[in-house]
Amino acid sequence: MIALLKRDLWLAVRAGGGFGLGLAFFLIVVVLIPFGVGPDASVLEPIAPGILWVAALLACLLSLDRIFALDYEDGSLALLATSPLPLEGAALIKAIAHWLTTGLPLTLAAPLLGVLLHMNSEAYGYLFISLALGTPALSIIGTFGAALTVGLRRGGLLLSLLVLPLYVPTLVFGAEAVRRGAAGMDVTTPFVMLAGITAGAFALLPFASAAALRVNLR
Amino acid sequence: MRLAVTDLACARGGVPVLAGVSFTVEAGQALVLRGANGIGKTTLLRTLAGLQPALSGDIDLPDDQAAYASHADGIKAQLSVEENLSFWAEVYGNPVPDTIYEAFDLVDLRHRMAGTLSAGQKRRLGLSRLGVIGRKVLFLDEPTVSLDRFSVNLFADFIRDQHLAKGGIAVIATHIDLGLDAPELDLEPFRASADQSGGSDEAFL
Repeated sequence: MIALLKRDLWLAVRAGGGFGLGLAFFLIVVVLIPFGVGPDASVLEPIAPGILWVAALLACLLSLDRIFALDYEDGSLALLATSPLPLEGAALIKAIAHWLTTGLPLTLAAPLLGVLLHMNSEAYGYLFISLALGTPALSIIGTFGAALTVGLRRGGLLLSLLVLPLYVPTLVFGAEAVRRGAAGMDVTTPFVMLAGITAGAFALLPFASAAALRVNLR
Repeated sequence: MRLAVTDLACARGGVPVLAGVSFTVEAGQALVLRGANGIGKTTLLRTLAGLQPALSGDIDLPDDQAAYASHADGIKAQLSVEENLSFWAEVYGNPVPDTIYEAFDLVDLRHRMAGTLSAGQKRRLGLSRLGVIGRKVLFLDEPTVSLDRFSVNLFADFIRDQHLAKGGIAVIATHIDLGLDAPELDLEPFRASADQSGGSDEAFL
């Protein structure tokens, strides 16, 4: 399994791997918002946590269709399926690799971009923690969507339609945690819910992804 | 160790293509599958390799010994020849034997990016994977496509000397003569008739 993780990370950072694409998209969306709604701090400050979360979610979505599609096209997915590595493990590793190349950079960059949106200084820590807890769920749910749509032409669009509704709970609790943190309220409940969603998704979805892959490989 | 297939029926896209396929391959033997395009050679090999379920029949082969090689090589263009091979070796928990580069004439290409290889060189790299995974039962689908005569001989030598001689089994679908001393199985008599349908939901599952 380590071999697959190493390979996926290498592929992501080498030419054409798409590493940084999500991050650049995130940066551009967040920079565009003040152009759209105006630079007024009283407008930007309350919407900053929500904007950052929605932008992170869309940036995450951008690279989902590559998780399995490339391996499917060049035949390595069928070879992996017949290898001693269980497909459940492969799906889990793929999600972790996706998070390391997309979710983790987004989490690290988001507090910096908060400055552009006049985010309340209280909220930076909460934003970082909520993204760190929530983005792994985005990756594993997205991996499930990618497994469902692998092999379909124009599957990327269908993938977005399937996956975005499943992102709603993560988005709700993630943005809520930052909003509450910024307002000085108790954040235990949204953080616990967010961590619960992530833990539950990691426990269950690798099995669902593997089942979807087996069907799609037939 | 042997591979025994009894009365196997398999389908492609919900349509039954083969029925009543039976054969036995003993350790150290190869079997060459013959048949016109579309007869179901790939479907049969995929079913044997466990990628799709059989409609009926039994496949008896040792656990965790099957390996499959398809038309697609599973090569990553951004990785070097050596990195591609060592990835598969690691997945199967084996070391990469140095002899594998000589066996497939890859010595000079070892540090080249796989994306810059020619079609035949990629194919050789894809086939050399079989030498690092250490599996005893190989299901090979048109392994010699885009190989020149010299490389076909390299491949046949590898199968004969490195695989079959060590007690391995190989089932090979091919249209050319590999020069292996192996029985041939023509799939034409096993063509499924149209009324032998699979489950009604087969196309959706």
